[in-house]
Amino acid sequence: MTLDDILASLFPNGSDVETVGPMIAGKALLPDGRLIHVLGITQGQPLGVEEAIALAERVIEIIATRDRTPILLLVDSASQRMSKRDELLGLSEYLSHLAKALLVAEAEGHRTIGLLYGGSAAGAFIATALTTGTLVALPGAHPAVMDLPSMARVTKLPIDVLKAKAEATPVFAPGLDNMVRTGGVHVVWDDAVPLAPQLAAVLQRPQGQDDRGRLGAERGGRQKAAELAERVARAAASPQDARRA
Amino acid sequence: MTAATANDVPLSWYEASARQRIDALVDAGSFCEFIGPELREISPHLAIFNLPEQFDDGIVIGRGRLDGAPVLVAAQEGRFMGGAFGEVHGAKLTGLLRAARALKQDVVILFDTGGVRLQEANAGELAIAEIMRAVIEARHSGINVVGLIGGRAGCYGGGSLIAGTCSRLIISEQGRLSVSGPEVIETNKGIEEFDSRDRALVWRTMGGKHRYLIGGADIFVDDQALAFREAAIATLAIRSRFDPNVLQAEQKRLERRLHRFGDVEDAIEIWEVLGIDQPTGIPALPTGAFLRAANKRENADDAR
Repeated sequence: MTLDDILASLFPNGSDVETVGPMIAGKALLPDGRLIHVLGITQGQPLGVEEAIALAERVIEIIATRDRTPILLLVDSASQRMSKRDELLGLSEYLSHLAKALLVAEAEGHRTIGLLYGGSAAGAFIATALTTGTLVALPGAHPAVMDLPSMARVTKLPIDVLKAKAEATPVFAPGLDNMVRTGGVHVVWDDAVPLAPQLAAVLQRPQGQDDRGRLGAERGGRQKAAELAERVARAAASPQDARRA
Repeated sequence: MTAATANDVPLSWYEASARQRIDALVDAGSFCEFIGPELREISPHLAIFNLPEQFDDGIVIGRGRLDGAPVLVAAQEGRFMGGAFGEVHGAKLTGLLRAARALKQDVVILFDTGGVRLQEANAGELAIAEIMRAVIEARHSGINVVGLIGGRAGCYGGGSLIAGTCSRLIISEQGRLSVSGPEVIETNKGIEEFDSRDRALVWRTMGGKHRYLIGGADIFVDDQALAFREAAIATLAIRSRFDPNVLQAEQKRLERRLHRFGDVEDAIEIWEVLGIDQPTGIPALPTGAFLRAANKRENADDAR
């Protein structure tokens, strides 16, 4: 689906969303008449210092309204921008700042929904889609930490060997199915039917704790993370014998 | 209460192991590990790649005391898989941060990481996102989360994003803080963009002095465990806020950085714009002289 198709299917009552370069910004009306803010990054572009600070600025403006309206973050990006200039200027701080803005928005009562409709990778994926309260995806979305050819270079394994290993486990290879099974993507929407009711269903979910570890365990993609994090918490709470927890 | 004593032995932070760093950081004898190596919580994924496991999966977590005050501590071991985040490694830190919020105890994270562990990339990537959320939730409840950066592996990739959520960062000259590492930039964009073998370029672009000068880190220390300990004690004595005002101040701070330095090509030009007298001499300055030269640095006070 193109961005225009997605917006039309999400917001049959109309939207006022502009795309300037790789940046998406605007608002729309939900079928129940409520407002929703729409922002994001598009065209498979990398997330560098300029893009991150612009997105964060928009989120901070929304927080300042104190209207507790939900925020939909559309994501079709590359990875973080890999350049000497971006790193010289402290890209990690810009990406973290964007992530913090999204987390503060949520804490201030704005539901944050990520919609991954294209690619995203590495630091860009973490600072955008993976920082929203609920991440959904459209079929065909293709999240990655690193592509298989690069991974083959780093791990010094032939790509055929990597592909064979990827059949056995969802834990390392790129792709939407693997990100669903490890609990990173809450649900993949059905693009054959209107998206508006699917968004409404997500917005109706109560806003809760970070449940990605539990989802990953239930779906068999991350068997240990949730259980281990809970055991650490128990050990920390026990005044005496932390080692036995 | 008995007086808190440090393990007062000279120790290079860069050279030390994760366990040596913890022993030198906290009050002598005060550390108690959670999910220690005797429980053998190893990565379930490395065997797929015929790689050796480690019984602590490259991270040591637990509680200790700093100058008498209780603190939760996590230390990454850069010598195991480059300190990278896998499923177990990440979940130990996530659990520690969630515990910090429940117990209202400050956290010190000793970073030493190349980022996400590629052999379990999806689990590592999600762990980073879960940790960042847990850091911010802890900070929202008034807890300090302090990052220490000075290890062999630096603080790269997802580790650098976690560092960016911390309330304060303490760094040594050897500490490198960056998203993409030199080799990653060179591999993807070519040697014209970044020559990873030019070590001087790496240090002045990503190293501790540059990060301290532009406000990317808050305290600059010698590569000594005792220096990190003293800085951590001083930092934890200050209660850091985190709310929309701090976020707004950070927005202004990072916009100002782009405005001041956005057009320059090299760190030395940035140091010149900062008004440093002899910017080319910065890399060679010992700590005392460097701190005097750095008096016009940008800072991130109440804006991180």
